[in-house]
Amino acid sequence: MRWLLFMFMVLSFSTGAIGQPSEAEIEMRAKEVGRSLRCVVCQNQSIDESDAPLAMDMRELVRDRLRDGDSNTEVISYMRERYGDYVLLKPPVQRNTYILWLTPFILLLAGLGWFFVNSGRREDER
Amino acid sequence: MRALIPIALFLLMGLAFAVGLTKDPKLLPSELLNKPVPKFTLSELYDETETLTQEMFKGKVSLINVFGSWCVACNVEHPVLMEISKRGDVNLIGVDWRDTRPKAKAWLEKGGNPYRQIIFDNESVLAIKLGVSGAPESFITDKSGHIRYKHVGVITPKVWQETLLPLVETLKAE
Amino acid sequence: MIAEFGHYLLILALFTALAQGSLPLFGAHKNAEKLMLFGDRATQVLFVLILLSFIALTATFITSDFSVKLAASHSHSMKPFLYKISGVWGNHEGSILLWTLMLALYAALIPVFGSHLPKTLKARAIGVQGLLAFGFLAFILFTSNPFERLNPVPADGLGLNPLLQDPGLAIHPPMLYMGYVGFSVAFSFSVAALLEGKVDSLWAQWLRPWVLAAWSFLTLGIMLGSLWAYYELGWGGWWMWDPVENVSFMPWLAGTALLHSIMVLGTRHKLANWTILLGISTFSLSLVGTFVVRSGVLVSVHSFATDPERGVFILLLLMLATGAALTLYALKAKTLKGTGEFEPISREGGLILNNLLLITACATVFLGTFYPLFMDAITGDKISVGKPYFDLTFAPIMLILLLFMGAAPLLKWRKDTLSSLKRLSIFALPITILIIILVAFFGKSVLGGIGLAIAAYLAIGTILAFAKKTQNFKNLSRQAAGTYGFVLAHLGVAIFTAGAVAMSVWAEDDIGRLKIGESLNVAGYSFTLDKVAPGQRENYQYLNAKVNVEKNGKAIKTLSTEQRFYPVRNMVTTEAGFHFTLGPTIFTAISEGNSQDGWIVRANYHPYVTWIWIGAFLMSLAGFISLFDRRLRFREDVI
Repeated sequence: MRWLLFMFMVLSFSTGAIGQPSEAEIEMRAKEVGRSLRCVVCQNQSIDESDAPLAMDMRELVRDRLRDGDSNTEVISYMRERYGDYVLLKPPVQRNTYILWLTPFILLLAGLGWFFVNSGRREDER
Repeated sequence: MRALIPIALFLLMGLAFAVGLTKDPKLLPSELLNKPVPKFTLSELYDETETLTQEMFKGKVSLINVFGSWCVACNVEHPVLMEISKRGDVNLIGVDWRDTRPKAKAWLEKGGNPYRQIIFDNESVLAIKLGVSGAPESFITDKSGHIRYKHVGVITPKVWQETLLPLVETLKAE
Repeated sequence: MIAEFGHYLLILALFTALAQGSLPLFGAHKNAEKLMLFGDRATQVLFVLILLSFIALTATFITSDFSVKLAASHSHSMKPFLYKISGVWGNHEGSILLWTLMLALYAALIPVFGSHLPKTLKARAIGVQGLLAFGFLAFILFTSNPFERLNPVPADGLGLNPLLQDPGLAIHPPMLYMGYVGFSVAFSFSVAALLEGKVDSLWAQWLRPWVLAAWSFLTLGIMLGSLWAYYELGWGGWWMWDPVENVSFMPWLAGTALLHSIMVLGTRHKLANWTILLGISTFSLSLVGTFVVRSGVLVSVHSFATDPERGVFILLLLMLATGAALTLYALKAKTLKGTGEFEPISREGGLILNNLLLITACATVFLGTFYPLFMDAITGDKISVGKPYFDLTFAPIMLILLLFMGAAPLLKWRKDTLSSLKRLSIFALPITILIIILVAFFGKSVLGGIGLAIAAYLAIGTILAFAKKTQNFKNLSRQAAGTYGFVLAHLGVAIFTAGAVAMSVWAEDDIGRLKIGESLNVAGYSFTLDKVAPGQRENYQYLNAKVNVEKNGKAIKTLSTEQRFYPVRNMVTTEAGFHFTLGPTIFTAISEGNSQDGWIVRANYHPYVTWIWIGAFLMSLAGFISLFDRRLRFREDVI
């Protein structure tokens, strides 16, 4: 189910609110952003989930930047400029990740395609 | 032919694992290579009234060392830094990360203070800007204040002699 | 003395395994009956040797013999008895010995249950088991000797890693290994079948209970691991998509596919090649898991204790075992042709789809887990693949699987029409629509509604399939155990899905720095930090926090959470405080802090999280129940 949520999130990134955001909205967006950033000192945890001190500071920084009027995407790219792609829990779709992103769907389509091509042939046809 | 696909895929996987074994997953490249030290305004560890900014790295080749009194590996690195400081090859600047002033001072009291100046960064302001993911971590900057090298983990005498010192010498000559 | 004895037994076992791995294979090749029969005996001798060696190691832990390095670094004289025993496998050397012990146990059971198997097939499978055991014994003796002595002898041991001092984690590894290792039987019988050049329904029917047993243990092991991580690591998550979790999940996905493909092979004599390939792959994925966990290729920044030498050895073992098996497959696959054709709308059609989807899902998890490693090896780029990736790729694949899963069991073997699904649509359509509307209205989430509707649809489909099998619930006591297994397992998946959906849509959490009397508000619950008191118990110091949880001014429960410091290990652990219910579970955990600035406290609201483990437990239970199916008890007259 989460994947659909994420699609909405991806969409909402681009339309991130402009102007003076409310504290509740900051909180919500900080969580969204936090979930997509890796706590670099932890094992596969996002900074939203981790209680490592560095993660706490990173969460604080995310909030500060959002309060200063940054959009979600801007905050994420701020972190990415410093920690590289490594900090993104959702790897960006780019040249070195095409295989990663496309393979599952290619396999899925190939599998379903194979199924419909090969099914329905009667045993005596061969 | 089709029966060969599984073994081919498997061999590829094995090859990747074999190469993976030779790599250290801990090493992270710095995104800031050849970029100037990010802007910051923080206070000095001993002198709270003294403000330090990125300007402090202009004009000298510096070694920025991120440490903390809580960091176990920093104890291992400390004597090496003391030695480097004694020889005075480089402008050694400390970043006291996520620490309290009394604890940091006590820690430096014990083993000696190798740093010319110490940036007190208890809220990871500079650490995050530098992309620090653990302590100790060190950066070398050139005379114009650009980051030229990042070292993750303890600086051993070997690392210093073979990698860092030669780089410092080249940068000084620039 | 006892340590040397254990070591000596292992050396004997190494030679026994070599004999078991060579003579029966040679005997099968030459059709020499005596050599083949030797294999039966060898499995039993090997099992007893390793068992005694394991007992010897356990004895050094129980008697706190700290002249043995392993006991010294993983046990402690003051430790509770249970943890003295579980300490035996709470470390690399001991756990790999347990792994090998189970490998020998499974091999020793082959002759017990397989007396009527074709002699050459059995001898070859036992031979392959012997080779596997030989590889692992060599691994233990050359890189991970558990009986190594220590000089000088320390006054006391270092104690078990405090994270592992938990009853859940005492039994999690043995269950997990019983699963991993159980698939070795599928592996060795696949290789044996390739050597024989023959696969038939008899082979499939005989192998199915072994796969069932391994799968059930693995399911239970993974479930216990998830539960343990939930309450012991203090993250408040039930699945992190962590590499170590993923490598246990991959054999599970492949094993689930195998479990279903073997049914098709047993009943309809189709998918012969595919089943063999799955048999090889499932166990190979178990080996990959072992490799990853013990070599440290994938661990991230802050973990220690990795040994490249061990990594190289396990990788070599994996390459040899799987490489040889797949080479054999490449050479012999043609000889195994079953009938390949199938009708799209039929039971086997559904099961084939199930396999395609499960393997796609497994490949996705594989890719997500290893892509950073591959990237690093090829270009040196560092990337992370986390939960968002799996949410976008793995989740939709599983969703499609669930849709087919609700319908396929209602179809007949061979050929059927969509009219068989009429009843399903009559029941499921109104109910699912109702759920979506209600949840969208009350739960404020359309996505959550769709997710829960799918879970309900699966449950309805399963119950209808059961009704069909039993002619509307007649003669319930005479139904085959396998039928109950099927119903329970699929209902388990439905319950699991409901829990997972609820967690991903409605879970809420907060984390903050609290002083005494301050609170966090999460999902209408207020978590107030009431008291924080330090103290000291047997082998650790603690900081205990009492957190009062209220909802609408009504007290729910006072949760107790602890931060523990183990001086012997210089380690800090978190004991979460929680209140499990079938509905909402509330969870809190305290972490560093002081009375001036406050303590970092986490507060979580987890709706229906318990359903996740209950569902997984039902799946595992279902597998064990299916083992009692009469149809699996072998009757030669039928074949």
